[in-house]
Amino acid sequence: MKTLQELKEIKALKQDQVNIRFGGDAEAEKTYIVCCGGTGCTSSHSVELMDNFRELIKKAGKEDEIEIIPTGCQGLCAKGPIVVVFPGNVFYQEVQPEMAERIFNEHIIGGTPVAEYFMTEELATGETIPFEESSFHKDQMRLALRNCGRINPENIDEYIAREGYEALAKALTEMTPEEVIQTVMDSGLRGRGGGGFPTGKKWLFASGNRGNVQKYVACNADEGDPGAFMDRSILEGDPHSVLEAMAIAGYAIGADQGYIYVRAEYPIAIDRLRIAIDQARDYGVLGKNIFGTGFDFDIDLRLGAGAFVCGEETALMTSIEGNRGEPRPRPPFPAVKGLFESPTILNNVETYANVPQIILKGADWFASYGTETSKGTKVFALGGKVNNTGLVEVPMGTTLRQVIEDVGGGVPNGKKFKAAQTGGPSGGCIPADYYDIKIDYETLSSIGCMMGSGGMIVLDEDNCMVDIAKFFLGFTVSESCGKCTPCRIGTKRMLEILEKISEGKGELEDLDRLEDLANYIKANSLCGLGQTAPNPVLSTIKFFKDEYIAHIVDKTCPAGVCKELLSFVIDPEKCKGCTKCARNCPAGAISGEVRQAHVIDTAKCIKCGACVDNCHFGAIYKK
Amino acid sequence: MADIKVTVDGIQVTVPEGTTLLEAAKVAGIDIPTLCYLKDINEIGACRMCVCEVEGARALVTSCVYPCTDGMVAHTNTPKLNAYRKKTLQLILSDHDQDCLACVRSGNCELQALCKRYGVDKSDFFTGAKNSFEKDESSASIVRDNNKCILCRRCVGACNNSQGIGVIGANERGFDTFIGSAFNLPLAETSCVNCGQCITACPVGALYEKDSIADVVAAINDPEKVVIVQPAPSVRVGLGECFGMPVGAEVQGKMATALRRLGFDKVFDTNFSADLTIMEEANELLDRVKNGGVLPLITSCSPGWIKFCEHYYPDMIPNLSSCKSPQQMFGAVAKTFYAEKMGIPVEKIVSVSIMPCTAKKFECGRDDQSAAGVPDVDYALTTRELGRMIEMSGMDFANLPDGEFDSPLGSGTGAAVIFGVTGGVMEAALRTAVETLTGEELASLDFVDVRGIEGIKEASYNVAGLEVKVAVASGLANARKLLDMVKSGEKEYHFIEIMACPGGCVNGGGQPHVPSNVRNFVDIREVRAKGLYSLDVNNPLRKSHENPDIIALYKEYFGEPGSEKAHHILHTKYVERKVNGDHE
Repeated sequence: MKTLQELKEIKALKQDQVNIRFGGDAEAEKTYIVCCGGTGCTSSHSVELMDNFRELIKKAGKEDEIEIIPTGCQGLCAKGPIVVVFPGNVFYQEVQPEMAERIFNEHIIGGTPVAEYFMTEELATGETIPFEESSFHKDQMRLALRNCGRINPENIDEYIAREGYEALAKALTEMTPEEVIQTVMDSGLRGRGGGGFPTGKKWLFASGNRGNVQKYVACNADEGDPGAFMDRSILEGDPHSVLEAMAIAGYAIGADQGYIYVRAEYPIAIDRLRIAIDQARDYGVLGKNIFGTGFDFDIDLRLGAGAFVCGEETALMTSIEGNRGEPRPRPPFPAVKGLFESPTILNNVETYANVPQIILKGADWFASYGTETSKGTKVFALGGKVNNTGLVEVPMGTTLRQVIEDVGGGVPNGKKFKAAQTGGPSGGCIPADYYDIKIDYETLSSIGCMMGSGGMIVLDEDNCMVDIAKFFLGFTVSESCGKCTPCRIGTKRMLEILEKISEGKGELEDLDRLEDLANYIKANSLCGLGQTAPNPVLSTIKFFKDEYIAHIVDKTCPAGVCKELLSFVIDPEKCKGCTKCARNCPAGAISGEVRQAHVIDTAKCIKCGACVDNCHFGAIYKK
Repeated sequence: MADIKVTVDGIQVTVPEGTTLLEAAKVAGIDIPTLCYLKDINEIGACRMCVCEVEGARALVTSCVYPCTDGMVAHTNTPKLNAYRKKTLQLILSDHDQDCLACVRSGNCELQALCKRYGVDKSDFFTGAKNSFEKDESSASIVRDNNKCILCRRCVGACNNSQGIGVIGANERGFDTFIGSAFNLPLAETSCVNCGQCITACPVGALYEKDSIADVVAAINDPEKVVIVQPAPSVRVGLGECFGMPVGAEVQGKMATALRRLGFDKVFDTNFSADLTIMEEANELLDRVKNGGVLPLITSCSPGWIKFCEHYYPDMIPNLSSCKSPQQMFGAVAKTFYAEKMGIPVEKIVSVSIMPCTAKKFECGRDDQSAAGVPDVDYALTTRELGRMIEMSGMDFANLPDGEFDSPLGSGTGAAVIFGVTGGVMEAALRTAVETLTGEELASLDFVDVRGIEGIKEASYNVAGLEVKVAVASGLANARKLLDMVKSGEKEYHFIEIMACPGGCVNGGGQPHVPSNVRNFVDIREVRAKGLYSLDVNNPLRKSHENPDIIALYKEYFGEPGSEKAHHILHTKYVERKVNGDHE
């Protein structure tokens, strides 16, 4: 149990050394090897990489001079694992375990950075630049991710060095609960989970009867959109920011218990949360009588068993209660009757991650970022056909083009940008015509898309929009809880129509059927999952109707994706008769004599593309 | 609560705060369609049939669970809503076994009725994948046919909320969702107690009783067999509903006539053995109180409750009365005393019961229910099955003349007929026990404290200086609450009546289906109970120990209550069962 004074002492002791990693100019006491330990880089062997570094440090007897800082995601996942060495802020990309030795010997010991491992941009220009000034980073604005990738998430002292738990102290000792809520309202912070509901308002609704009834603060960490990993990254990189915010929320509404509902598929996030909660309890920033103010607040984890629908607020609470995770009708709203029938607020991880800074720096500071109605920043998990896949955070109002071209480094292989899918299975596709659209809640919904929780999947000319719609709808169909009729059966029927179209068996009336069902499902489904499930279909029909018509009328898939509409053909001019395609065809569909042009039997062909991959002469093409 | 004003389809009504839109509409004379909603049992807003428009609301509202606010203006019947409802029905049908002609619910299927109401035809059906399931016919009482299931989950609500058992629930998810037991065990291997509340909750033909009509018809038509029948008390206030008569219509006389015309050789009455049960049970109670036996004594008439006790409260088996249920006592007496008296070889007797209950089918097959070496009861039909038999016979039930029961097993007192309602066994037992203890005639026979449909009732009576504490529970969720209080020592009683079904047998799982748009607004338990209480009060004999045929039976055959012979024939034993573990 630490007093406020003791926390200040910890901060004083640590902050200069921690701030070196944030551009601080104190004299470094040690060399810091900052190494990405998020899920992505862990699966690219960053754990072995760190072990190698540790081994080298030990061998050299430099344990007191060199420290490894395992962090959460640093953002540029495409180039992971990433290592940054301080002092010097030297950035290395795609660092494999065996590369540790050269970095250690030549750079750490020898003093000469290993230029071959620098970031692509540096390699191209020959000039070294700090990561923060790279094209990937310079247009970003890191508020929610401020500590991610630079502090050790398993060490509460590093968080404290970064003003950690000062916001909680400020709220508890200098502000009334009403002032806390007012500050959050004034900041304009809106729910980052997708809905965009004003966070302060949500807290206000749950704030009545403070002190007289049991209330709960819940955190939605059941991130489930395909390709989304914003919340995971925050939990892995800066778990204390969420714990601190939940305690602040508890103070604001008068709750003494918090629950974080995190999906079991996030083992690293869960480990770090557990460690963070233990440390926070140990320091007394969670538990009884926090900072001696008489305020009690504790947090427990609840693991989701892998149902997308449990990200829906009422389903999440039903699941925490120990029941099958299914949504329930509203009203009553959670602020009135939530967890265990008690008033509850539920916010998303990223929403919480913004709160401590808002309390510390004030509502005006936060509201100075973003647009008129969408304040602050938004974290996106950038994926798909983009060079810099990874985690990015940009101010609200940044254009799609800036995110994809500048931060994302554009579409690879000289292909043309076709659309960006945002909002996951609840969202839609933003076509190239809207490349300069400003990203904020209202603008995106005005074109039938949504901000969503932050998944952003870039599509190029090789993506078939019917196929994309089918993918997302297929996801919803398999993730529907099965409780209400429109979602359980309606989405399935829509998917069947899409499948029919992609197989070339569609008719023009199917488009009307799709839209009719889609509008019905949106209006009639019980929860947000069903109400938004048709969006990917509606938005692709809206912006890419010609592709649907090509599938239905011309029986072709312009992007060459829908198998049933393709045939593989061998160009007899180019074919050398090497037989490799025939030997690698799993269906035995290719025949021909050695040194004679081969032929594909389309009746037998399963369109797997193995022949194309195996032809050295570019003689096989899709038609 | 304060009253609020609500306008539904232009009609202004005043309703108490907290009223749902569905209820307010009913006050305005408007029937909003529902499928999944069953008041107090299943309030989950899942089917989406009841969606309505409320002015100013962001989206459609689920009227079954949507609380009205003052000044609210709602629309329940717009072309848009009706188109949506039609689509919902079409989608449900697209994954529904439409073998309607052969369905047991054809004619009183709620889905069918709504399809008719919304003009669903075959013109724009959805085609596509359909789920296919094997029927679960493992249970002695209940058949589950998921091909007909529309996933309204009313059965789940009944099992989980009313009965506190929860042996069925949703499995899988999305389009693959189906209702089943944990690990999809056959129902017979679960701790299902066969109460059949799931059946009466089901709007369609996904749940129904194991049908024994064919066996009974065959027996009736077998000249070698003497087929005797006993209808339970509650059947006479349920059966009329099968023929369009009002809920709770009392049809005792018509029922007797119908049974006779169906060809049963003897039309007796379970009321007879209900009186017999009281003789034995009151004796058992007095014996336990006087001789320091295990208390509280708990009634054993309800086979759903018995199985529940065996699964979930095996440590309380010693508390159970060893008396067989009235159904079984009747069968036992018929195949011993009656067979001997009439000189009929026991194997020639076919003993049929008509029960408001599905658990009775299971009870027939229990061990130690064969006083004469053959099962006491051969076939237990539900009220619904009897309704179907009568329907098939072509009888104009509503206009049948009143008939009488045969002697000597056809006479019953007012104490017997109230067995069908929660608190009735208690009241009947008290009438006999009090008079036996005090030796004086009761001034009033009405033990009103144990009447009413509340889930748990308690009362205390001073009987000859002895304070007798009693409790009554109906619905197994309530039974659970009561037993937990008894086990924890929070409550102490001498005598407890427990009925598996909420409200008692009048609301049993074998009673006729009442559509939800009636059930949600009329408490069928109360209405049916009323019929039984009026039969009680109009019976010149209202105490079991005054039933002359019962007196004669003891004189001629059993000697006295609790005699060795009575024990051999009229009492039984219970077994400990595992929770969901009978398959092990």
